[in-house]
Amino acid sequence: MTETTQMARLGAVRPTAEIVAARLKRRHNAERRFRAVGLGAVLLALGFLGVLLFTIVGNGITAFVQTYVRVDVTFDATLLGIEGDTNPDVLASANYPAVIKQSLYRAFPEVKSRGEQRQLGAMVSSGADIDLRKMLVADPSLLGQTRSLWLLADDDIDMAVKGHIPRKPGVSGNRLSDNELHWLSELESRGAIKTRFNTLLWTSGDSREPELAGLWGAVVGSIYSLVITLLVSFPLGVATSVYLEEFAPKNRWTDLIEVNINNLAAVPSVVFGLLGLAVFLNIFGMPRSAPLVGGLVLALICLPTIIIAARAAMKAVPPSIREAAAGLGASKLQVVTDHVLPLSMPGILTGTILGMAHALGETAPLLMIGMVAFIVDIPATPLDPSAVLPVQVYLWADSPERAFVERTSAAIMVLLMFLALMNLSAILLRKKFERRW
Amino acid sequence: MQLLILTIVLLALTAFGFSSGRRRALSVVEGNPRLLHSLPNHHGYLVALWCGIPALLIVIGWLAFEPSLLHALVISALPPELAEMSDERLSLVYNEVRNVALNGQTASSDAVAEASRHYLSLRQTLFGATAVAALVLAVAGLAWARARIHRDLRARNRVEQIVTIFLVMASTVAIFTTIGIVLSLLFESLRFFHFVPVTEFLFGTAWSPQMAIRSDQVGSSGAFGAVPLFAGTMLIAGIALLVAVPLGLLSAIYMSEYALPRFRSVVKPLLEILAGIPTVVYGFFAALTVAPFIRDLGTSLGLTVASESALAAGLVMGIMIIPFVSSLSDDVISAVPQSLREGAYGLGATKSETIKQVVIPAALPGIVGGVLLAASRAIGETMIVVMAAGLAANLTANPLEAVTTVTTQIVTLLVGDQEFDSPKTLAAFALGLALFTITLALNAVALHIVNKYREKYD
Repeated sequence: MTETTQMARLGAVRPTAEIVAARLKRRHNAERRFRAVGLGAVLLALGFLGVLLFTIVGNGITAFVQTYVRVDVTFDATLLGIEGDTNPDVLASANYPAVIKQSLYRAFPEVKSRGEQRQLGAMVSSGADIDLRKMLVADPSLLGQTRSLWLLADDDIDMAVKGHIPRKPGVSGNRLSDNELHWLSELESRGAIKTRFNTLLWTSGDSREPELAGLWGAVVGSIYSLVITLLVSFPLGVATSVYLEEFAPKNRWTDLIEVNINNLAAVPSVVFGLLGLAVFLNIFGMPRSAPLVGGLVLALICLPTIIIAARAAMKAVPPSIREAAAGLGASKLQVVTDHVLPLSMPGILTGTILGMAHALGETAPLLMIGMVAFIVDIPATPLDPSAVLPVQVYLWADSPERAFVERTSAAIMVLLMFLALMNLSAILLRKKFERRW
Repeated sequence: MQLLILTIVLLALTAFGFSSGRRRALSVVEGNPRLLHSLPNHHGYLVALWCGIPALLIVIGWLAFEPSLLHALVISALPPELAEMSDERLSLVYNEVRNVALNGQTASSDAVAEASRHYLSLRQTLFGATAVAALVLAVAGLAWARARIHRDLRARNRVEQIVTIFLVMASTVAIFTTIGIVLSLLFESLRFFHFVPVTEFLFGTAWSPQMAIRSDQVGSSGAFGAVPLFAGTMLIAGIALLVAVPLGLLSAIYMSEYALPRFRSVVKPLLEILAGIPTVVYGFFAALTVAPFIRDLGTSLGLTVASESALAAGLVMGIMIIPFVSSLSDDVISAVPQSLREGAYGLGATKSETIKQVVIPAALPGIVGGVLLAASRAIGETMIVVMAAGLAANLTANPLEAVTTVTTQIVTLLVGDQEFDSPKTLAAFALGLALFTITLALNAVALHIVNKYREKYD
């Protein structure tokens, strides 16, 4: 009785169909909202990626060109302090900075005070004299002559030309004085400032002066480390996978190995660095900062990746192939080396390249084994101290100069380019050779 | 250089061993390989192995023992006034001797110059002895194995035995790595706990890892209470998960349930890029762009934000682990049987209702496992926090302040000058041990949950 009255009352207020329609509308709205939130999450994540890449490229793209200043340089024997002696040893140790400074003073005869002269002299990089020395040693007849030369500009001038430092005089916190800004505009109006492709970035090692700092040392270090990583981890990884996949009996020992490999894959990389420090450096007495040690530590880090990929690739080879080979009289090892390995090689190589790419970007364990030293020289062997690309990024990111922000971003772009190449080759390899049974 | 030449010579000998073994096997049966038990190649491999392996072992032994042997010999030959010094001074002297001998540094005294000459000549002698021994063994092995070739020699079985041994040894490397990690962390940590009690390390709330050089120094006693570090790690990892879990989970749901295949095939690899970018790049991004942005934003809202705020590091770390969460969730969501979804549709549920009330609850254990894996990744992440988080150990839950983390401290303690016996450097190993234990436990739990869940629907 009460039920029917209640229903009647509700029905009187709103017919059932209307309630259902309203609720359906609400539910469909909820559906749309949920969908939009999902899409929003995807787009937000992509947006982060976009902002990240945009920031890096925006900061770093200008590092691929470098500012040069044209100066009329007179190779004055008195200023060089060599009194006309053209012996190469004497030429190599002559006072080139003085020549550059004098040439700059001549370009701005109105600059008289000592302090201002010092500022003027600092507009050219402190590494510019190396070019002069090379010229004069190669051609001693230049002595006493005047040549119009493009000299490497100081990093602050470079930043101002590229627009990373405000050019307005009197801005607080400006790294350039009003005088320097004035000289810079003056030089620009004389056509004595230009930007050129930055070759030093690709050919030189690290330096305290941003305009002289290059990536080549780090690239060579990275190549050495990766070669060692590959030489160690690829044979070990493939051998382990062959054993576990094709030979190992199913028992506690092999279970233990498998659990171990899965756990190693999840150990933070910095812990591997501690292992490298305690074992390779302190027990075996290997050299600090060397790509050899870095490569060994990285090999341990990417070993699980390679093993997991290689095992998946071997699992994908159908058993019928193994059985057919065995039926023709092949031994177990011959089945593996002549059939399973060749058929699974694309998958193994793909996994290895991805592991290498991971190793290339790894930084923290290399800090542990001392690869943070400031190293100017290009390493000649894997035993020489060296930096690697990601560590170079870390070191430059720590430097206060504005020009190093640009260099860091450029280094990141180079690093990402290498990673993209490796990943691309892995994808192509998989597309071209992967077989599905 | 010498080592390179020796290696090349040995490799050439091994290659020669292969071809001579092969030829010998063929000549034993007058060129009819059918009479042989094993293929001629297998005979070749056997000779090559006999030639290469003993020589290789000798060279490896030399590489392993050369430094310690040289050390002992040089020290024992030092003149008495040097040899009687304390161990620490002695190791300094030995370093100098090595630098003089190898890097052309000028010697500080005649005794050192003499010792470095001694060092060089010893090194030369040792290497010569090794080279001769390796070459003799290689040639002898080659000759012996070659002489033993006859038509019934089971060369293939022998070769396969040796290869199998190599395979087994390779598979134990993973075990040795783990043992190496555990032992090195444990030993150094035990030495650390010799200086600082375990309870103080685990429960102390003050962290300032300096040790006194002189005993009367101001602030001489270092404090090694790791609680602020654990708290800071949890804070940053927590922020990271707050960012990554909703974003990753929602994108996984969208990608697996709503997105068209074409959208998915484009966007999924793009999202994976986030996981492929090196962490040092994220660190740079956090320190250069995100942290100043958050600080300025906070200032304009009237908040005081530290320039190395936990928020910035956590946010960027969250971005980094989005693809981690999304790909793991994607896996478990796709593993939910289609019949469950169809049942829900049949009862009239909309797609979102099906997802929220059927798919997610069914996939929940797997998702939780994935989140735990992401958490362990966030806790162990190093470069972002080294570059974007602070160094001072604040015990605070305020994300706008600077905190420091376990990994940051490990790096700071070990980068730079090291004296290996001070509690300061040993503390890094104790922190490493804590980190290793925590991540291992998280992973074990996560894998357990994920596996258990997988079994349910298989």
